[in-house]
Amino acid sequence: MDKSLTPVIAGFIPLLDSAVLVAAAEMGFAEEEGIALKLVRETSWANIRDRIAVGHFDVAHMLAPMPIAASLNLTSLAVPMLAPMLLGLGGNAITVSTGLWADMAAAGADTGGDPASTGKALADVISNRRAKAAPLLNFGVVHPFSGHAYELRYWIAAAGLDPDSDVEITVLAPQIMADALATGQLDGYCVGEPWNTAAVAAGTGRIATYKQAIWPDSPEKVLGVTRKWAEANPQTLAALLRALSGAAYWCASAENVEKLAGLLSRADTLACPIEICLPALEGSMRLGRNTMKQVPDFLTFSGGAQMAPMPAHGKWFHEQMVRWGQAERSEDATAEVARIFSPDIYLSALGLENVPRDASIRMFDGRNF
Amino acid sequence: MIRGLSILVIDDNKIRASIIEQGLRDAGHDRVILVHQMDGLVRQIADINPDVIVIDLENPNRDQLEHMFQVSRAVRRPIAMFVDKSDSHSIEAAVDAGVSAYVVDGLKRERVKPILDMAISRFRVFSKLNEELEEARSELADRKTIDRAKGILMKSKGLSEQEAYDLLRRSAMNQSRKIIEVARSLVIASGLLED
Repeated sequence: MDKSLTPVIAGFIPLLDSAVLVAAAEMGFAEEEGIALKLVRETSWANIRDRIAVGHFDVAHMLAPMPIAASLNLTSLAVPMLAPMLLGLGGNAITVSTGLWADMAAAGADTGGDPASTGKALADVISNRRAKAAPLLNFGVVHPFSGHAYELRYWIAAAGLDPDSDVEITVLAPQIMADALATGQLDGYCVGEPWNTAAVAAGTGRIATYKQAIWPDSPEKVLGVTRKWAEANPQTLAALLRALSGAAYWCASAENVEKLAGLLSRADTLACPIEICLPALEGSMRLGRNTMKQVPDFLTFSGGAQMAPMPAHGKWFHEQMVRWGQAERSEDATAEVARIFSPDIYLSALGLENVPRDASIRMFDGRNF
Repeated sequence: MIRGLSILVIDDNKIRASIIEQGLRDAGHDRVILVHQMDGLVRQIADINPDVIVIDLENPNRDQLEHMFQVSRAVRRPIAMFVDKSDSHSIEAAVDAGVSAYVVDGLKRERVKPILDMAISRFRVFSKLNEELEEARSELADRKTIDRAKGILMKSKGLSEQEAYDLLRRSAMNQSRKIIEVARSLVIASGLLED
């Protein structure tokens, strides 16, 4: 290793949207900015949270709501954090067991994953089950403070159901989801790729809808950093953001998709077959055994302004925390969330000016945030 | 007499789990339960009703466990060991050692701290043993590589074993490298030439 490079240690979870960090470390983007980026694979979000809090990691691949939960002291080992950059848009889907899908299809669920239609079908199925006194359907998410939890809850609630009483929602590690579906422990789950494709390929799951349809172009993972580290290392952080933006452009380029899938399938990254990694990267999703759908923006990486966090993103996540009883609404919290998702550090590191900061959020059911 | 605390150890690694169990028993804790798998864990925890839960950081199910602590009505609410920021030293020591712990809310720190310290030290002992094992393995591999390099030199240059070793050592000294590095390069290079 070149001694003139500044070391930065980044924790990541083996998911497709760790791509930007992996590409920055492996394709020379970090070195170009004077950074020796060392990636450390982790097994749980709790480990990511703990190890960034004690300073093992300088930065980490994080669920977008995690820096908010940490800064608002809603978790253990909570420290003030920032989310200075988005690491990917979209990439999640809601998969249900083939048995539940058969019932939903009979209730008229759209085969192309329209969330309003599949949500309504789910509501019909649940209403029938209630009449027969069948047990509650069990859904899995990867973490209570996650886009997955909020997307699943939003979809269920938009269909007129109460996610806290009409279904059971439990937390499971992403790599365990497909097996839990196969054994009947779960009836459905919301998880990032490649863990939806894995269940479809195994013939045990059917993708009912996906994040890009629920909330188009929405942030999923962010770069998480403690405020303490960001304040102590402003130049290193700026250089890292430039490196990650370069890597994100590289990941977004269609000509690199095979190479990227190769990097991600390696034993030291996702350790997952290339054919399971590829569909989400190519936007060519197999929703069910015989249903292919082109979703070009299923999972988006793009450098530049598109990866800038916006206060509106943070606000949406915080609204969901309040909606589902995880957080209290307060003026202080609102201001804090806007600081965590401020685009300032990122835009100034990249020298981007005149970027509109009034991101508006429009959900599939027509609600605006 | 105060009844001893019940301690649940969740660890996929059976050897490490039993090292911890032994340590806790030696320290006078007789209510130690080991769990190696997560299936049905909620029910198990409800049945065992532990005061302290020790879990290794490699376990992918920590998120599930923490969520369960928050929402389950079946178990008494354990909280993360380190809610008190003044414990930053213990926090770091635990994370360094690769272990995390949860305790039932309201337990006195003094009663729980020795248990955590024990878990931390046993985790350290285990990873030290592992490292030594790794080292022993790589030492063996190194010796084999050097033997192969010697063999190559003996064959190609008609040297005795001692002469071959001396040549390796001299080359290493001249290039300020380790003997094993020179030997590795030689083995790789001769592999390339053979093709």
